[in-house]
Amino acid sequence: MKPFTRIDAKAAPLALSNIDTDQIIPKQFLKTVDRLGLSKGLFYDFRFDEAGQEKPDFVLNQPAYKDAGVLIAGDNFGCGSSREHAPWALLDFGISCVISTSFADIFYNNCFQNGLLPVVLPAQAVEDLMAQARGGNHVISVDLTAQTVTAPDGQVYGFEIDPSRRHKMLNGLDAIGETLQKAPDIDVYESARALDTPWLERA
Amino acid sequence: MAAMTLYDKIWNAHLVAEGDGESILYIDLHLIHEVTTPQAFAGLRAAGRPVRRPDRTLAVADHNVPTEGQALGAGAVADEEARLQLLTLERNVAENGIEYFPMGDLRNGIVHVVGPEQGRTQPGMTIVCGDSHTSTHGAFGALAQGIGTSEVEHVLATQTLRQAKSKNMRVTIDGAPAPGVGAKDFALAVIGAIGTAGGTGHVIEYAGEAIRALSMEGRMTLCNLTIEAGARAGLVAPDAATFDYIRGRPAAPKGAAWDMAVAHWKSFFSDEDAVFDREIVLDAATIAPLVTWGTSPEDVMPIDGRVPDPASFSTPDKRASAARALDYMGLVAGQPIAEAKIDRVFIGSCTNSRIEDLRAAAAVVQKAFLEGRLVAPHVRAMVVPGSGLVKEQAESEGLDAIFKAAGFDWREPGCSMCLGMNPDRLAPGERCASTSNRNFEGRQGRGGRTHLLSPAMAAAAAIAGHLTDVRDFI
Repeated sequence: MKPFTRIDAKAAPLALSNIDTDQIIPKQFLKTVDRLGLSKGLFYDFRFDEAGQEKPDFVLNQPAYKDAGVLIAGDNFGCGSSREHAPWALLDFGISCVISTSFADIFYNNCFQNGLLPVVLPAQAVEDLMAQARGGNHVISVDLTAQTVTAPDGQVYGFEIDPSRRHKMLNGLDAIGETLQKAPDIDVYESARALDTPWLERA
Repeated sequence: MAAMTLYDKIWNAHLVAEGDGESILYIDLHLIHEVTTPQAFAGLRAAGRPVRRPDRTLAVADHNVPTEGQALGAGAVADEEARLQLLTLERNVAENGIEYFPMGDLRNGIVHVVGPEQGRTQPGMTIVCGDSHTSTHGAFGALAQGIGTSEVEHVLATQTLRQAKSKNMRVTIDGAPAPGVGAKDFALAVIGAIGTAGGTGHVIEYAGEAIRALSMEGRMTLCNLTIEAGARAGLVAPDAATFDYIRGRPAAPKGAAWDMAVAHWKSFFSDEDAVFDREIVLDAATIAPLVTWGTSPEDVMPIDGRVPDPASFSTPDKRASAARALDYMGLVAGQPIAEAKIDRVFIGSCTNSRIEDLRAAAAVVQKAFLEGRLVAPHVRAMVVPGSGLVKEQAESEGLDAIFKAAGFDWREPGCSMCLGMNPDRLAPGERCASTSNRNFEGRQGRGGRTHLLSPAMAAAAAIAGHLTDVRDFI
């Protein structure tokens, strides 16, 4: 996983609540056995019409936001399906941070597995960033080390994040490798469990 | 010892290591399917890591299987990408010694129908699957959650999940529902009451006399839709109905082990004085048959109501989302929802494709049929049983004959039109009465308009040709 420390990037405003993972990446793009190349499906029905032509109104199709690195979204971003294709598609498109008032749990977890930073800020802060993102200067800074978002006008917003997740994200650590270091604990647990619930042992 | 909730007890019983943020939780059962696992197996292969407990893993093919011609096998699936995904799963399970019910096997079906049906789902367990509707299995008093593909890889490699503990929420539904009102309406009522983010960060335990009175199928419907309220897991404490359901199933404990298991299962309940971070109380008697009007499962209304006005919502964001939803759905504020003419009916999905769901729908269809009514001529209606075994059971009860005589299409099992990953999907603009779980834009096909409702309501809509009140049909 690529570490995330700090980015300075254009922020795209997407002021809709409850953007679900079906919208982030529709089902026809899930029939892949790869993690890469999913940017073509990102927000597909928002970006393209039925003939496959770009919809000029959609924010990520506008020249000012085509190379956005941050998305500012409405409440409950990433609800619905557990598809990890959603963070994969965002990252593949070049977006490595999403800012909202709230995220759905599974999407939120999936982000941390991939180096996509979900930032939760209070409604007032998200509204301000949304408004500034609509303006001419919409470059913002997101600093995971300092746990701050700096708006184009210089306003700084601090955010909270679980320390162990922050640590893994900053260092790009592999959760499986870390857990496998605890293999002796898992062995001990399994031996005890086999005595408690022997009917679950199928071997 | 401090009083504990059911969730606390399951959590504590599975702690391998406790951390300040994340803990390591042992996973008893890992269900897998073709769509969210190929990248996980590829990751294991690249790192040279084995599957730790193939015996605690069960695989099915459900998301992108066609609902006809399944006996021909995965190699005959027309969609090239779907076929590759199915064949990739077959290779991965074979290489790793994982039990697999392939497409066409009587035991195959939707993963959340198969686990309970096989007796693999049991009280007090931890269960995960790369699918958000894994919450379904909470009906048995198991902590069951949907996970992403990286977590699937983590569970395959370690049989554990890293997770921070959620908060406890309890939803109590007392009273008795009116005829025509059931588990689907309870679930939609809860989502309507707390919103799709209302349960975020929580595990929801359902309690109260209306929950106790629900069948296991009903409890599965309710727990299934818990994810649509934002909570990763729903729970119902196990009771006699739970044990009766499990008894005699292929993976159920037998003989002396059965008694030992039941004694163990009976320890999984919330202590009387356990404290919940949040409590919601509903009265079943006040819940009407419900239907969704918008593009989020929280957009719920009674079938005899009128479509809401976007201006009535509290924030600019919500007003914009509601206006967008009405435009997408082709509805007008103030119109009676029961006037909405439908093109399609879908009875199926991990929410509502079990035998009891099919019986409820068939009862409505049979009564109408005996009065000389069939599926409305402009409606295409389909029934997709949740598994080969559900299909077989329904056929032995003659339900397929009722559906077919009335003009329904009787299909082979799978996720089907719930998510439109397979050939079953809506055309742009088509309006569908659907027993599935998500009415998101494009979910059932680009431009498709989904109204979520119960199996009985879907059956009534098929006959009427528009959304309609099932209470007029029973």
